[in-house]
Amino acid sequence: MKFFHKILIYGFGNPGRQDDGLGNAFVERMEQWVKEQGLEGFEFDSNYQLNIEDATEISDKDLVIFADASVEDIEDFVLTQVDADTKVAFTTHAATPGYIVQLCQDIYKRIPPTYLLHIKGYEWAFREGLTEKAMENLQKAVEMMKIKLQNPEELIGNFKNFEYKEVY
Amino acid sequence: MSKKITIEPVTRVEGHGKVTIHIDDEGNIQQSRLHIVEFRGFERFVQGRPYWEAPVLVQRLCGICPVSHHLAAAKALDVIVGAGTGDGLTPTGEKMRRLMHYGQMFQSHALHFFHLVSPDLLFGVDGDPAVRNIIGVAKKFPDLAVQGVMMRKFGQEIIKATAGKKIHGTGAIPGGINKHLTQEEKDSFLNGPDPMNIDKMISWSQDALAFLKGYHKENKDFIDGFAAFPSSHLSLVRKDGALDLYHGVLRAIDSEGNKILHDVDYQDYLEYIGEEVRNWSYMKFPYLTEFGKEKGWYRVGPLARLNTCDFIPSPLAQKEFEEFRAYTNGKPNHMSMHYHWARLIEVLHCAEMMKELLNDPDLMEGELVTKGEKRSEGVGLIEAPRGTLFHHYAINEHDQLTMANLIVSTTNNNEPMNVAVNHAAKQFMQGQQKITEGMMNAVEVAIRAYDPCLSCATHAMGRMPLEIVLVDNNNKIIDKKRR
Repeated sequence: MKFFHKILIYGFGNPGRQDDGLGNAFVERMEQWVKEQGLEGFEFDSNYQLNIEDATEISDKDLVIFADASVEDIEDFVLTQVDADTKVAFTTHAATPGYIVQLCQDIYKRIPPTYLLHIKGYEWAFREGLTEKAMENLQKAVEMMKIKLQNPEELIGNFKNFEYKEVY
Repeated sequence: MSKKITIEPVTRVEGHGKVTIHIDDEGNIQQSRLHIVEFRGFERFVQGRPYWEAPVLVQRLCGICPVSHHLAAAKALDVIVGAGTGDGLTPTGEKMRRLMHYGQMFQSHALHFFHLVSPDLLFGVDGDPAVRNIIGVAKKFPDLAVQGVMMRKFGQEIIKATAGKKIHGTGAIPGGINKHLTQEEKDSFLNGPDPMNIDKMISWSQDALAFLKGYHKENKDFIDGFAAFPSSHLSLVRKDGALDLYHGVLRAIDSEGNKILHDVDYQDYLEYIGEEVRNWSYMKFPYLTEFGKEKGWYRVGPLARLNTCDFIPSPLAQKEFEEFRAYTNGKPNHMSMHYHWARLIEVLHCAEMMKELLNDPDLMEGELVTKGEKRSEGVGLIEAPRGTLFHHYAINEHDQLTMANLIVSTTNNNEPMNVAVNHAAKQFMQGQQKITEGMMNAVEVAIRAYDPCLSCATHAMGRMPLEIVLVDNNNKIIDKKRR
């Protein structure tokens, strides 16, 4: 039987707010690539923001990649490991990936290997469409993640909380 | 020398808020204000866009309640395309929209109760902030946390099935809806494996109510006395007086229960409702024009809805409603913390209504859209989770939007939230010179009862700290605390 991992790629943000849609655009690009490549085991999701039910969605995955627009002082994009976070979230708008991971741990007693892809954005007005620079950053992030996800074991194996479970 | 204490931002409400509490040298509360920085550019942004885009465009306002804006806009455009003033859709069109709306209400109320409110009840208003959150609930009461997560998920799945997708749903269009419910979707919601089926949702809704009522029994002084004050109440009601979250006529009652707005057509809302601007807040203060700015303010939302309606048209929720009304001997209920009780009765009502609709064959077949003679202006109202939501649009001969006026639910509750903050401050902070975590949270609990969405479409750029700033008359910072 062919072996594959259960991988969730989940973008969040509001595509009606310019570069806030970077996470959603990343998901669309990756979904198209996975389809073209005929890869198996991938699931895709997008929403305005993360929320408590996402703890259920990530609970049975072997690898989770969250993607979000970023205002951090970064060049174009970065991929970081998500650690469980017990701190109070300010609002449900801002349920962080760490918050979701912590909730998953508390409810389902499991932390899937989870990463956050931060893609640098610049403009946030009431308009559809990414800015030119954000598009460039998105393209770079997509190219990097295509390489990473052709061999997901590296991301899975490097995750410190990972308890390996084979999926057939 | 008088002092000003600033609590910013308010934690666990949607968007950003700041509370300032002015105290004198003896620690007496002089005045309390909830300041809102609300983005008001949206109404100008939509001008010039084709009118049929509005139900999708308005979802840019908020990632928490996009369905409410989607449906209110669609209702306004029903009027413009000649599909009647809210009750002229095909049975399929109206019922699919109602299912979408009940799903939205159900998930929003469940999220509010389990995610934002239950930590306060389980760990106490003055409990350790490090555990007084849903993570704390998940550790100590895992079954309750699972219920919250799965109820929210169920409502989200209903939205997805009716609106088409989670982001920028397109289900409601001017004059109707663009899809039927499939057999597979229907079977999944009615008979899905536990817990993802409607019977479990009804059962859990009853459990949540039982939990709250049990807490109320043990904490009557707090639940009944905290931020309680008389006011008028406003909401839509069905023409026969029933609770109706999707459509109806506008009714308001005074603090004694007398009708002061007599079931009027909301197309004429400008005849009855004005909005006052105050220089210390971007958010306006709506009021009933007949009673003026001072006395015309009112509450909206679950508490108001259960005060204005005569009955609830679903059996289990009606039974709970009778108990709710009996608690105040049939008089209006003015207790802010009873918003939670009312909200959970609405959760049960929504679950019952979803079950009824899921068994209705009209959802799976029948005409989706109706249209008639075009008009140049339309108003759409809906009872959103947080209260009455107004959308008003006008178009030109080129089908472009020329005017948009929105009164969002939280704006309607602006004055009551300010009054509630003042009550909480006087109750918990009178005579105090030091601000504890418990005192800060007491103010926030008062605001949270109204479940405000303070800044629709705020771009969340990460976690915001809670900050308290003590300022003197000269705006000099005396003390600052952050958590």
